[in-house]
Amino acid sequence: MIAALLGADSFTGAVPTNIAFAIVAAMMIFAAIRVVTTRNVVHAALYLVLVLGGVGINFLLLQAEFVAITQFLVYVGAIVVLFLFGIMLTKAPLGVSDDLDNRKQRPIAAIVGLLMLAVLSFALIKTWTDQKVPFRLSAATNTTELSDSIFSTYLIPFEVVSVLLLAALIGAIVLARKD
Amino acid sequence: MLINQFLLLAAILFCIGVYGVLVRRNGVLVLMSIELILNAVNINLVAFGTQHDISGQVFALFVIAVAAAEVGVGLAMVLLLYRTRRSINIDELDELKG
Repeated sequence: MIAALLGADSFTGAVPTNIAFAIVAAMMIFAAIRVVTTRNVVHAALYLVLVLGGVGINFLLLQAEFVAITQFLVYVGAIVVLFLFGIMLTKAPLGVSDDLDNRKQRPIAAIVGLLMLAVLSFALIKTWTDQKVPFRLSAATNTTELSDSIFSTYLIPFEVVSVLLLAALIGAIVLARKD
Repeated sequence: MLINQFLLLAAILFCIGVYGVLVRRNGVLVLMSIELILNAVNINLVAFGTQHDISGQVFALFVIAVAAAEVGVGLAMVLLLYRTRRSINIDELDELKG
């Protein structure tokens, strides 16, 4: 499996990118499992940083630089800080706590997760057996193409997203206001 | 690089997120698990985008914006919950139960 992944491509950058992918993927899976199993709320938020950073590195490996930078700025920079504020304001237990999980639901949740993983991976392996990620040498065209697409084809959704952010901002203020 | 390695990584992250949503009872931790799910979907969108055109990356950006709005409103709701009930245990919110 690993040999197949490492030797799968003919272009020269294949082996380093695959090694980078393997390291990042292992780190992400470990950190994601820790996010849902750790008994310390703050540790869960810090492991979430590892997962989100790993997703950003995956975007880089897929040659989506702009999305990767946005991922680092928005998720690692803003959303994790928001989570830490949420933990602080709800006075969550800062040390180890046994009350974070619903123990009765653990086996059934594990079964649901594993079944879903089995179905998804079966479908993916069957459908996308051999397709490769095309490698582009000129990285600059990617972001240019992306901005052209946002400001022509997807202009109206882009404007609607700004209205959505405004609505969410006002909604959050109204919900969290003290009175 | 095969596209499948990204898709399978995203599937694993998605399932870990589903497990977290089902098993956690702290509101903030449930929101974190939802973030795992949204990020898995983003990896999928960008990976599929390499096979067709740039639209996959555009949609990934939209998902990031919507996720930011979702976390803001979600944390405000958890905060309101904490103020009214002094607890953010999801299992205690069972008023709809008959």
